[in-house]
Amino acid sequence: MNYEELRHFADSWGLLFMALLWLGFALWTFRPAAKDMHDDAANMIFDEDKNDV
Amino acid sequence: MDTLLMKAGGWLVLAFVAFAAMVLAADSGFAFHMAIIAIACLITLWVTISKADYVAIGRGILKAPPDQGLYDDDPIRWGVIATIFWGMAGFLAGLYIALQLAFPVLNLGFEYTTFGRLRPLHTSAVIFAFGGNALIATSYYIVQRTCRARLAFPGLARFVFWGYQLFIVLAATGYLLGITQSKEYAEPEWYVDLWLTIVWVSYAAVFIGTIAKRSEPHIYVANWFFLAFILTVAMLHLVNGLTMPVSLLGAKSYSAFAGVQDALTQWWYGHNAVGFFLTAGFLGMMYYFVPKQAERPVYSYRLSIIHFWSLIFLYIWAGPHHLHYTALPDWAQTLGMVFSIILWMPSWGGMINGLMTLNGAWEKIRTDPIIRMMVLSLAFYGMSTFEGPMMSIKAVNSLSHYTDWTIGHVHSGALGWNGMITFAAIYYLVPRLWGKQRLYSLRMINWHFWLATMGIVLYAASMWVAGIMQGLLWREYGDDGYLVYSFSEVVSAMLPMYLIRAVGGLLYLAGACVLVYNVWMTIAGHQRDEKPMTETPHDPEADKPLAGQPAAVPAE
Repeated sequence: MNYEELRHFADSWGLLFMALLWLGFALWTFRPAAKDMHDDAANMIFDEDKNDV
Repeated sequence: MDTLLMKAGGWLVLAFVAFAAMVLAADSGFAFHMAIIAIACLITLWVTISKADYVAIGRGILKAPPDQGLYDDDPIRWGVIATIFWGMAGFLAGLYIALQLAFPVLNLGFEYTTFGRLRPLHTSAVIFAFGGNALIATSYYIVQRTCRARLAFPGLARFVFWGYQLFIVLAATGYLLGITQSKEYAEPEWYVDLWLTIVWVSYAAVFIGTIAKRSEPHIYVANWFFLAFILTVAMLHLVNGLTMPVSLLGAKSYSAFAGVQDALTQWWYGHNAVGFFLTAGFLGMMYYFVPKQAERPVYSYRLSIIHFWSLIFLYIWAGPHHLHYTALPDWAQTLGMVFSIILWMPSWGGMINGLMTLNGAWEKIRTDPIIRMMVLSLAFYGMSTFEGPMMSIKAVNSLSHYTDWTIGHVHSGALGWNGMITFAAIYYLVPRLWGKQRLYSLRMINWHFWLATMGIVLYAASMWVAGIMQGLLWREYGDDGYLVYSFSEVVSAMLPMYLIRAVGGLLYLAGACVLVYNVWMTIAGHQRDEKPMTETPHDPEADKPLAGQPAAVPAE
């Protein structure tokens, strides 16, 4: 693959792939089931002072 | 006994190898470094022999494995002290070179003390020695607490600490001796690069190993940032460090890349050192210490994840903005500019996320000086991540590039964001790590806060004026088509701004001295007798029922 081909791949399919990947990661955090998990995760750092596990 | 003998013998052999390399060295700088390595091996040998428990070995008692119910905090305590020590060295070097720019006589006439050699000493001391030790120590602390697990590979964790200090010593002495591969923020030569690679891979193993043995199902977001920092820095270091040494017994090497490819590789490295070392790593600190100190969960955990992915996907492309109007192809320059501007959004998302964590607890800014430092740090994170994208716009860059505006921008980020969040983390950690009830003095944090803030304000403001003036004077053409000002005229016009900058640096250093005293006294077990930060108003005279006074008599 020469320079021109690599560059064209990078600014077309490569760019699309990275953009979709990012969009996938971003949307994944918005799935409704994640809400409780995120609340737990955000508060998890305050559990360390007690040994409830 | 056999393993002890093997270990001691191994260190002795390594010391001999280093000694032989010193004798056969092709240049004096390499010989000096091999001497340092030989001494380091001998010190390790001495520690190995003198610290061994001979009674236990003689009776054939196997060493008990460490108690998994306790966190492994020794390397963190060393890391906090190393952070403060290298910070002081780095700030002092910074003040000295600031004064050198104002008073060239301070170059002292020795090659070892010229600005050109002290400047990388300053940048590496503050970024890699101060910042790096802070990142290693806090990541060890946070990964254990958020994973509810003791540090994996305790021996390796200690090797990472001492190995990193050896890297710092080799890098710093090398700069003074004139050993450099002349890549900004990656000045150490090939053999020091190889050593850092070994240390860094060990660091990754300790960090990932601890995550792997976690007892919490979820990996807290701070660890995501630390992991991104560790892995990306490894990748950047390996690619940018690709060089061919002239001799295996000499310091000099040549880059694997040439011309504009070398420049782009360097700034792909250089900007991502900012993005992943100074941003992602310190965001890991922010996402743990700010919620902990505020005693409230992060404003939006979801936003912190979006912040993470956006930073990871965008930062890596922003490097070319360091090469505007150079031989780099135009499309690549524009690409760097566009990605830098897009970066503004996740950066501000992260800043808002950090600041809004205080939502409902805003009074803590008044009563808790550690929170005050964190808020200032986030404010500077926001300011420098706004200024950076603005300066990456080609039209602005044509004015700002190569001027002191860039220096001012870097310092508002480094002194404001990295420095203040690190100081806040040190104040958070010291009483906890040394088992003290509280810090020696909370009011002295306040002193530190104001000294540092004044210092940053003087620094950033003088460099804005200096940089914009410099840029405008350089581009001033007369009617005859010639430049109006000579370079030396521009330099002499800068003197007042250089002096103000040095005063700013002095104030920042003075603030750090207050930190040293405060931490010293805390570890020594003292508590300063001082007025609390807040007074709860209470007047015992007024705090009683209105007895003896008749209730108002209704009118007849």
